[in-house]
Amino acid sequence: MSPEIEVNLTLNLEGLLCPIPVVKVSKAVKDLPIGGVLEATATDPGVLADIPAWARTTGNEVIKIEREGKLVRFLLRKLN
Amino acid sequence: MENSVDGVTIIMFSGDMDKVMAAFNIAIGAAASGKETNMFFTFWGLKAIQKGNLTGKSFFGRMMGLMNRGGISRIGPSRFNFWGIGRWMFNQMMKNHKITPLAELRQTAIDLGVKLLPCQMSMEVMEIRKEDFIDEVQPACGVATMLEMAYRSKATLFI
Repeated sequence: MSPEIEVNLTLNLEGLLCPIPVVKVSKAVKDLPIGGVLEATATDPGVLADIPAWARTTGNEVIKIEREGKLVRFLLRKLN
Repeated sequence: MENSVDGVTIIMFSGDMDKVMAAFNIAIGAAASGKETNMFFTFWGLKAIQKGNLTGKSFFGRMMGLMNRGGISRIGPSRFNFWGIGRWMFNQMMKNHKITPLAELRQTAIDLGVKLLPCQMSMEVMEIRKEDFIDEVQPACGVATMLEMAYRSKATLFI
């Protein structure tokens, strides 16, 4: 979706509901190097609010989060 | 005492399935955001960390163990339980909507480092021994320990 940004890890969160998407994202981000980028897709619309909230709490950056029909796709950069 | 640790403390007083589910959800969210998360289980809440065997020593204690039997798969919702029919219905609905079952939610919390602490006083009153709890439960403690956790936390919830 953003060819200029290099993605280090992709995650499929489709069909998962709160609080599991946040758990999987936090686990995946642990394995990323600082500055690394995670790309994920989800179907839970709650993710639209929850991933930015999680990123603010943990000090990481949401590069992009958007809805594509039933899918929510987001890019997250690990900052610490 | 260490200063604020930016954590979350949850006092689990209720043993109702819906409230236990909400509490584990919150604990998981906090732990996944890197917060030190402690859950203090007291009174009916103890049921959520029991293995589910019969408990009690005295007559009243055994009556309590029988009528208020613990175990996370045995607890019912706070409303519409109807002697277990409501619990069954809720579990079916949760399955249909692919919601994580309660026992799995508890395990996720444990895996994320959420500490589960039982209240010693409630254990004495209800005649529940530490052997009646799942293995991951921490040693029993009292109000001073719970308050110390609360003072150190930025959020404390009584559920």
